[in-house]
Amino acid sequence: MATSILDRAIPDGTAESPAGAPNKGRRRINRTLKYALLLFFVIVILIPAYVLFITSFKGPSDADPSRAWLLPQSWETAGWAKAWTTLAPALGRTFLLVIPAALISAMLGSINGYVLSKWRFPGANVVFTLILFGMFIPYQAVMIPLTQLMSDLGVPQGIPSLLVLHIVYGLPICTLIFRNYYESVPSELIEAARMDGAGILRTYASVIFPLSAPGFVVVLIWQFTSAWNDYLFASFFSSGRNGPVTIALSFLAGGQLTDYAASMAGALIASVPTLIVYILLGKYFVGGLMSGSVKG
Amino acid sequence: MFRRVKHWGPGLLLLAPTIILVGVFVYWLMFENFRVSLTNQHTAKPSNKYVGFENYTNLMADPNFQHSLWNLLILTVVFLAGTLFFGFLWAWILDKPAKGEGFFRAVYLFPMAVSFIASGVVWRWLLSSLQTDQSGGERTTGLNRLLDSVGLGFAQNDWWSNPTWGIAAIGVPAVWQLSGYVMALFLAGFRGIPEELREAARIDGCSEWKLYRHVIFPQLNPVMLSAVIIIGHMSLKLFDLIRAIVPDANTYDVQVPATMMWVKYIGSDYADAAAIGMILLVLVALVVIPYLMYTSRAEKR
Repeated sequence: MATSILDRAIPDGTAESPAGAPNKGRRRINRTLKYALLLFFVIVILIPAYVLFITSFKGPSDADPSRAWLLPQSWETAGWAKAWTTLAPALGRTFLLVIPAALISAMLGSINGYVLSKWRFPGANVVFTLILFGMFIPYQAVMIPLTQLMSDLGVPQGIPSLLVLHIVYGLPICTLIFRNYYESVPSELIEAARMDGAGILRTYASVIFPLSAPGFVVVLIWQFTSAWNDYLFASFFSSGRNGPVTIALSFLAGGQLTDYAASMAGALIASVPTLIVYILLGKYFVGGLMSGSVKG
Repeated sequence: MFRRVKHWGPGLLLLAPTIILVGVFVYWLMFENFRVSLTNQHTAKPSNKYVGFENYTNLMADPNFQHSLWNLLILTVVFLAGTLFFGFLWAWILDKPAKGEGFFRAVYLFPMAVSFIASGVVWRWLLSSLQTDQSGGERTTGLNRLLDSVGLGFAQNDWWSNPTWGIAAIGVPAVWQLSGYVMALFLAGFRGIPEELREAARIDGCSEWKLYRHVIFPQLNPVMLSAVIIIGHMSLKLFDLIRAIVPDANTYDVQVPATMMWVKYIGSDYADAAAIGMILLVLVALVVIPYLMYTSRAEKR
């Protein structure tokens, strides 16, 4: 796991080539310009984060538009308290949804990827492409009969429904990521296991699975993040009382008399888990982005 | 024959749950959705009378739906142009070794980890349409206030509250959120070009511009294509960002097929909702199927 997928995908810049180097003065100007630009964009990117942060600490009178860009006059935590009490139950539900959804679809994806790359059958490529297409479909194109199907199957609204949906619609991307990952595992390893008389499951358990940690990291991050951030399925299959955190947040922020401090604090709270994943596992996060597309 | 089945049979068996699930939840439901879109089920009461393509022709004749397609086009153009521009620019700046590259990369990418719903909370406020001249200055919020206070008051605008171009304002947070992703793609593309290739071109007397024009850009084409496909198909499906920024789902100014489908669903007009879903599916398929065929062919080579 020392070399992450991102390191392979984005190696760090190679040494500057001396050939055709402009004179020193111009190079310094270029470099200054470059860092000025980079910093300018950092500021632009961070503006919304700044606004969220300062507004979340403002009191009701301080949230006046004329002071919108200024720091709070006094740092209040009432907004955070309100956001926390509103969101806490939904946060708990979301963890109950996202963790099993990520684990189950990752496990299935790993087996699929293994079969499709190392235990291929006639037509495997066609099957793979058909599975892959499931990643791109607009869920709007299945939503109407899907609501019917889920109620016919008797899956309760809220977390149980969403669990099924995130597992099923996560399969394509999990399969893709694992298939691409296992392509880099030498086939000789599989052949050797086969020679020793190991069947398909044995080979998986003793050869492939132990090598799969980096693939699992990428897939789990990916599934965790996209299920956590999902709003489309959540809005069709849950309500404020049994919905995940995105639904709770949209209720908190969507009223006519919006409490700005609370809704901004809520947005920050709802983003903490994915941001922690991103900060701790950023490299693998990008690896996941590279290996596929985006659900939602 | 039997030996071959014995050889790949177990694999097929392991894959069976996924094949069944995807078969039911993707393909069968698409078919079912198509069937519903041909019925006259416009109320919660079940109805299975087939009316052919009437729902489609009605939708296409509906000025609201036409407007939602127009919005979708503008949104997609802004989203694509913005993410490609910034993504390429950042990757290009960071391609040459830079101190603190990891830091810049991390900052540019971080919005990607946040949900559209969470970022929509702040963008709703930033894209407030109140302007200084209308409100005597004190009530202005968001970007308009920022523009005013840095002397760019003339650049204030209605943002999303404009029936023709308002949807372009939704592109702003979308670009904010995903430019970093496109940057990561391009960066990987740049780094995938062997240094020897650049050296060889330089020794042959290539100017920097010619180097890019003839050596680097052509190598980036596949990356560019993936970025266009991914951003393009996201734009077609974009729903949560609009819902987060615009309080009323049925707002004409920023209506797109995805939000209109939701409005129809809420109104129990299942046939129309299904038809809109089908239209979105066709649009996505037009983009994605050639791409999937292209990549699976490229892989075989």
